[in-house]
Amino acid sequence: MNPTQTMDPAKTEVEQKYKVIGTRPIRHDGVDKVTGRAVYGADVQLPGMLHGKVLRSPHAHANIKSINTAKAEALYGVKAVMTAADFPDAGSRTANLGELGEVPLKPMCDNVMASDKAVYHGHAVAAVAATSPHIAEEALGLIEVEYEVLPPVMDVLKAMDEDSPLVHEDLYTDELGEKSSKPSNVASHTRHVKGDLSQGFAAADHVLEREYRCATVHQGYIEPHAATAMWNPDGYVTMWVTTQGAFTVRTSVHQILDIPVSKLKVIPTEIGGGFGGKIPVYGEPVAAVLSRKAGRPVKVVMDRTEVFQATGPTSGSYVKLKMGVTSEGRITAAETMLAYEAGGYPGSIVALGGICMFAPYNIDNTTIDMYDVVVNKPKTAAYRAPGAPNSEFAVECMLDEFCEMLGLDPMEIRLLNGAKEGDIQSHGIPHPRIGCIETTEAARDCEHYQTPLEGPNRGRGVASGYWVNAGLTSSVTARLNGDGTVTLQEGSTDIGGTRTSIAMQLAEVLGIPVEDVVPSVADTDSVGYTEVTGGSRVTFATGWAAYNAGQAIKSQLIEQAADIWKVDKDQVSLADGVIATTNGNSRSMTIKELAADLSQKGIDVGSRETVTPQNHGGAYATHVVDVEVDPDTGKVTILRYTAVQDAGRAIHPSYVEGQMQGGVVQGIGWALNEEYFYNEDGLLMNSSFLDYRMPTSLDLPMIETIIVEVPNPGHPYGVRGVGEVPIVPPQAAVSNAIARAVGVRLGDLPMSPQTVVKALSAKS
Amino acid sequence: MAAKVHVAATINGEPVEFLCEPRQSLLEVLRDELKLTGSKEGCNNGNCGACSVILDGLLVDACIVLGAEIDGCTVETIEGLMGSEGLHPLQQTFLENAALQCGICTPGFIMAGKALLEKNPQASEGDIRHWCAGNLCRCTGYDKIVRAILDAEPQLEVKK
Repeated sequence: MNPTQTMDPAKTEVEQKYKVIGTRPIRHDGVDKVTGRAVYGADVQLPGMLHGKVLRSPHAHANIKSINTAKAEALYGVKAVMTAADFPDAGSRTANLGELGEVPLKPMCDNVMASDKAVYHGHAVAAVAATSPHIAEEALGLIEVEYEVLPPVMDVLKAMDEDSPLVHEDLYTDELGEKSSKPSNVASHTRHVKGDLSQGFAAADHVLEREYRCATVHQGYIEPHAATAMWNPDGYVTMWVTTQGAFTVRTSVHQILDIPVSKLKVIPTEIGGGFGGKIPVYGEPVAAVLSRKAGRPVKVVMDRTEVFQATGPTSGSYVKLKMGVTSEGRITAAETMLAYEAGGYPGSIVALGGICMFAPYNIDNTTIDMYDVVVNKPKTAAYRAPGAPNSEFAVECMLDEFCEMLGLDPMEIRLLNGAKEGDIQSHGIPHPRIGCIETTEAARDCEHYQTPLEGPNRGRGVASGYWVNAGLTSSVTARLNGDGTVTLQEGSTDIGGTRTSIAMQLAEVLGIPVEDVVPSVADTDSVGYTEVTGGSRVTFATGWAAYNAGQAIKSQLIEQAADIWKVDKDQVSLADGVIATTNGNSRSMTIKELAADLSQKGIDVGSRETVTPQNHGGAYATHVVDVEVDPDTGKVTILRYTAVQDAGRAIHPSYVEGQMQGGVVQGIGWALNEEYFYNEDGLLMNSSFLDYRMPTSLDLPMIETIIVEVPNPGHPYGVRGVGEVPIVPPQAAVSNAIARAVGVRLGDLPMSPQTVVKALSAKS
Repeated sequence: MAAKVHVAATINGEPVEFLCEPRQSLLEVLRDELKLTGSKEGCNNGNCGACSVILDGLLVDACIVLGAEIDGCTVETIEGLMGSEGLHPLQQTFLENAALQCGICTPGFIMAGKALLEKNPQASEGDIRHWCAGNLCRCTGYDKIVRAILDAEPQLEVKK
C-alpha cells in the first residue's frame, strides 16, 4: 500500500501563509453522516404523507393512444392519479438549466411525463399517490395504456441515416446555424475550425485515422432520486428534494407547473451522489401535482430500475479522429467528427466534448464537427466532465499509438505538445494560466512512473485529461454570533464535503479555527440565488462568496473596534482572530471579546454575498496505470494507479484526493465494465447493480494521488475546480496499458473481458 | 391485503414489538415503521449494501430479509453504534480519513466494517476489499474507506 503524497514546490511558503487552508479538518456534517442521522431524500417523513409511484412505458418508442386511470382511482388507499394532461401547456416557453443553459420547456415537460409519445423504455406515462408504496404499485397495474408501438432507433450512427425511423417527426437539424427542411434525428451540427487542415496534414510525417466508441453509461449514484411535495390550499408549495441545485429545481418546477416562483420553496435534503445526474427534475413536478390533487404531502422515490431506465445516462458516442504528427512527435493537424447520443430529446453535451478534446495540446490546425443526435434512450444528463471523456479518449489513445510507432515516451510527447498560457484553443479562446506542463512533469517524475513494470501480460498506460470547469453564480449569508463564531448559510448543496471547504475560506480570512464557522445548506427562501453543485465550481465560486463574507465581517469588526477605541479605522487590523491597533498604543481584543460586546449592544455583524466569478481556469490531470491482462479470460486487473492533477490550491487536501480517487474509479468502471445493454426491441436488459457492473473494492488497488498546485490567478486563494477532470484520463490510460501488455489497441468502450478476448483471438 | 404479523425482536439492545405486512422487508420495517432511516435503500435487491445491518451476528442486506423473519432475533443498525461514550472507533476513523463524500453508503460500510472486525480483528487490506465487495460506493474509489477500517483495528483492540 502506498501513501498518498502532496507535491507542492512552495509548500513551506504556503504553510506559513495559511492557517486553515491546506489542513484536513473533520467535516462539519460528519457526525450526522456516520451515525445515520443525516436526512437524505427518501428519509423525509411528514404527517399524512402519501407515497407516489410512476407508471413507465414498456416500449422504447410508442405513440400513446389512450390512458384509462378509472380502475386505479377506485383502488382502496389510492388518493390521486395523474398523467401529463395535468401539466399546464408548455407552449413555446423556455427553462434555464444553469450549467446546461436555456432549453425549450416542452421536451422537459414531456421527459418528466410523456404526453403523446413514449421515447424510451421506462419513460413516465402516469403516476399514483396512495397510502402505502405497495398500494401505489398495485394501482399502477390497473392503469390501462393503449400504445402504438414504433420501431426504435438505438444506434447513434444509424439514427443519422437518411432513412432512419424518426424519434420526433418535428425535429429539424440546426445545420451550422441554418434549419434544414427535412425532419431528422440530428438535432444540430456545429463546427470549430482553427488554422488550415491541409497545410497541417502536409506538414505531418505520419497520419493515423481511427474510430472510437463509448457505450451509454450511468452516473451510478447510490441514492435513487426522491422528492416530497406539500401543496397547500393557499397555493404555496414546499418541496424536499435530493438535488444538485435547489434553485434549479425551483426554476424547473415553477416553469413546468406555471406557478409563481415566490410560492415555491425548495428545501434541499442531503444528497447521496449526483455526478451531474441530479440536475434535471423527474419526480419533483409529479410529487407536486399529486399533492395538489390529493390534498396531502406526497413523496415520490424511484427504485433502482427506474433510475437506470429513466434518468440521465451520459451520451453513448461515435468519434472519428484523424491526426498527423512529425517524426519528432509534434502534432501538426487534427480532424474529428463527434456524434453524441442525446437520448429521447435534443441536448447532448457534445459541445463540451468538442471544446475539451484537444485542449491539453497546442495544435495549430484543427477542425471539429459535432452532431447532437436523438435516439430512443433516456434523455442524457451531465456526468462528471460531461462530454469530455468520450472525445479525449480518442486523442489520448491515438497519441499512445504514435508513441509506440515513433519510439517516443508518452510523457515526452505530452510535454512537447503541452498547452501553455496564451495558446489559442480549438474554439478560438486563449488558455489562461494552466498547469498542464507542471502536471505532466510531476507524473513523469513520480515514483510510480520511474519504477519499471515487469512480468508477462503486464503493461503501463499513460493518458492526460482536461476539463473546462465553471464559475457561475453562488451566494452565502454569514452572521457573527455573540460568542465569536460565524454562522454560514451556503446556497450550494454539499455533495462531498463542501460545507467545510467553503467554511475554511471564511475562517482563513478571519484567522479563526474552521470549527468556529458553522456552515449549513440553506433552502431557496433563506439564501441568495446559487447555481448547481456541478462544473467543479462549488469550492471555487461558493468559496469565493464565503471569502467575501469573511472580508465584509473583517471590515465591520475593524470599524466597530475603531469606534470603541476612538481611533481611525486605518489604524486597526485583524489577524489570527485578534483585532489590534497598529498606531503603537497596543490596544487589542479577540474577535470573541468584540463579538460579545457587540452582541450586548445589539449590533449585528454579518454579510450577504453573491458572486459570479468568470476566471475559473481549466483543470488538467495525467494518470499512470499498470494492468495485467489474463489472455484466457480477457479480464483486466488494475495493479497500480497514480493520478496527478493541478488543483490550483488544495483547500482541503483529503477531499481533493477523494475527488481524484472517485473520478479515477468511475473512469475505470467506464473503461472496463459499464454499459447499457438494450435488446433488439430497445428494452434495457441490465437495470440493476448486479448487471450494470460498477467497480467494487475488490476490483481495485489503492489509488495514489499527487496534487500539483499551480494557483489560479482568477481566485483569491488560487482554487481550481477539481471534481470532474479525474474521470477523463482513465479510459485511455487503461486502453493504452492493455495495448502495451498484450499488443491489441481497443477503441471501443467498455473493454470488457469478451471484447479483450475477441481482440486477442483476432490478433492471433 | 394479508393480515399484519406481530413481531418481537431486539433492536440495538432494546426490546421492540411491531406489526408488519408479510410482504414488508426488514428495511421497510426499520425505515417506515420504526423510523430508523439510517439504513439506506440503494437497490432493494441485495446488490449495493447500503442497508447492511447485523442480524444475530451476521451481516445481511435488510432489503432482502422480511420483517416477519426477525421475530426473536437481534438486530444491530447504524443508530445503535454510538454509545454514551461517543462515536464508535469506526465512525471516528471514517471521519478522520475523509472516508465519505456523499455519505449515503457510509452507514452500510460502517456496519460491514464492524461485522468484519468482530470476525477478523486484524483484517488485511485484501481481507477488507474482499469483505466489502458487497458494499458499493460511487464517490470515494474505496481507498479512504479501506484506510478507515484499517485504522480502526488498533483502536478496537485497545477497547477490548
